[in-house]
Amino acid sequence: MTEKNDIILETKKLTKRFGGLIAVNQFDLEVTRGKISSIIGPNGAGKTTVFNVITSIYQPDDGEYYFKGEKLFGLKPHQILTKGIARTFQNIRLFPNMTCLENVMAGQHARSDSGIWHSIFRAPSQMKEEKKIREIAEMRLEQVGLSGYKHELAKNIAYGSQRMLEIARALASNPSLLILDEPSSGLNDKETEDLMGFLDNLLIDDLTLLLIEHDMNVVMGISDWVTVMDEGKKIAEGKPKEIYHNPTVIEAYLGKEEEED
Amino acid sequence: MMVNSENRKANKFNTKGNWFVIIVIVSFLLFPLVIKNDYIIDVAFFFGIYTLLGLSLNIVLGEVGLFDLGHMGFAAIGAYTTAILNTTFGIPVLVLIPVSAIAAAIFAYLVCSPIIHLKGDYLCIVTIGMGEIIRLTLLNNPFGLTGGPNGVFGICFPSIGNLLVIDSCVKFYYYIWIIIGLTVIALIRLQNSRIGRAWNYVREDVIAAEASGIDVRYYKLLAFVIGAALAGVAGNIYATKLMIVSPESFTFMESCLLFCIVLIGGMGSIPGVFIGAAAISFFPEIFQAFAQYRMLIFGAVMVIMMMFRPGGAWPRQRGKIQTESIIIRAEKSEI
Repeated sequence: MTEKNDIILETKKLTKRFGGLIAVNQFDLEVTRGKISSIIGPNGAGKTTVFNVITSIYQPDDGEYYFKGEKLFGLKPHQILTKGIARTFQNIRLFPNMTCLENVMAGQHARSDSGIWHSIFRAPSQMKEEKKIREIAEMRLEQVGLSGYKHELAKNIAYGSQRMLEIARALASNPSLLILDEPSSGLNDKETEDLMGFLDNLLIDDLTLLLIEHDMNVVMGISDWVTVMDEGKKIAEGKPKEIYHNPTVIEAYLGKEEEED
Repeated sequence: MMVNSENRKANKFNTKGNWFVIIVIVSFLLFPLVIKNDYIIDVAFFFGIYTLLGLSLNIVLGEVGLFDLGHMGFAAIGAYTTAILNTTFGIPVLVLIPVSAIAAAIFAYLVCSPIIHLKGDYLCIVTIGMGEIIRLTLLNNPFGLTGGPNGVFGICFPSIGNLLVIDSCVKFYYYIWIIIGLTVIALIRLQNSRIGRAWNYVREDVIAAEASGIDVRYYKLLAFVIGAALAGVAGNIYATKLMIVSPESFTFMESCLLFCIVLIGGMGSIPGVFIGAAAISFFPEIFQAFAQYRMLIFGAVMVIMMMFRPGGAWPRQRGKIQTESIIIRAEKSEI
């Protein structure tokens, strides 16, 4: 197993209830720095809820989670980003009526601090900051291959590009952990393959990835560590190959054989 | 300093845009010199008041997408602050402009803090309530301050000592349009800053904005506070022009008209506010003959607008122009 200080994100007995339904039940997760970890599981297993708890969209009912050894509790979603966790959404959430460049510039918002008066009087520090924000945004657009569309409205570009744009926006905040919720959903085979290469390349920049994924090819292809969830619980974890042949996992996905008669 | 071809293109566009802006400014400056009719100049003054109020609501409704149907309440706070302080303590009205703005802003902060998390229609209903409560409070003459239905009268003209007293229609015309000019410059700069963008992110998608590190609550409140402060300034000018403030100037109907100004012009569009305000202030003058059917025609126009041009008469242009222009300025400032 890995060393303790190599764990960038850790959840301990994380629990989230919605009324009588236990969406996440005593969930333990360890994400290793500089690797790609995946959470898989059947629909309704609670994967997205885990993400929403980690990014503070929901507060956990029980359990705790640590990021870089620091306990995160009672923070607002925008503070989570400041800590260095950026995310994307399962059903792409962009700012549709703004340009691609403006979309990506959003990521730098929390990394800049010009106030109202600086903006109204165009203080030199504000101008410099705007320039920096814009340069980083352009760099990230370039990285995902969308610099040609920087002045297009986000709603007008192709679906696959919108996914990449969302990733660029998350990257623009210079996160240390990037959480991707089903990045390959809705992409065709070619786009999925490009995406896998792209995600693999991100690790060079000292970035850690955590993804939820349905596409087994993606999971098995790029993950270093896979955690399997079912009905809110962790049922297995291990290297992709081990998971592939794990009987509990196969059962969760396909059901038991005896039940047929 | 290198200027790449893209920037040069943007420069070209800017010069074209600049010509248009210069023509508009010159025609506004020459207007009272050409047309020497006090009545028409007064109409143009009230066009200015509606523009200023429209600009203030545009921050809340247009930039952040918060449905505020009680915006006249903030103008009332500004107007009454000016009226009461001027008539009781004799403080000069010009000094009271920032005071009115701050009073309205503090009021907005206190009232909006607990309701800021409400969404869409719910916020709309609460702001209607807020506007009406302000009006009814003024009507009930608390502590004998507001003069009840009669209002407060005898407010002085704006003046700098005896050097310049703004007392004629023409002077008032220039007074308000200079203030609008300064406001527009400030607002355009805000639009092109991280604050203006944050407002738009919140309007476009709250959850994505939060996940991108934008403090949604802060920026919503900031919009209300700045919008209210600007409405307070408009209230101050309104009070000094009429020399009397009374609750009937700040009805729910007026708040609705402001709402229409922003919708007619296009959400978040500054030139749109001018078009909307022009429609609202000149429409009743042109159609005086149909006074009885005014609201009917107005309603029909709104319905047709929403069907055929839902984005407004002059929707905000996004893209190259604004993002490029700021970078060009940034580069120039570095040379």
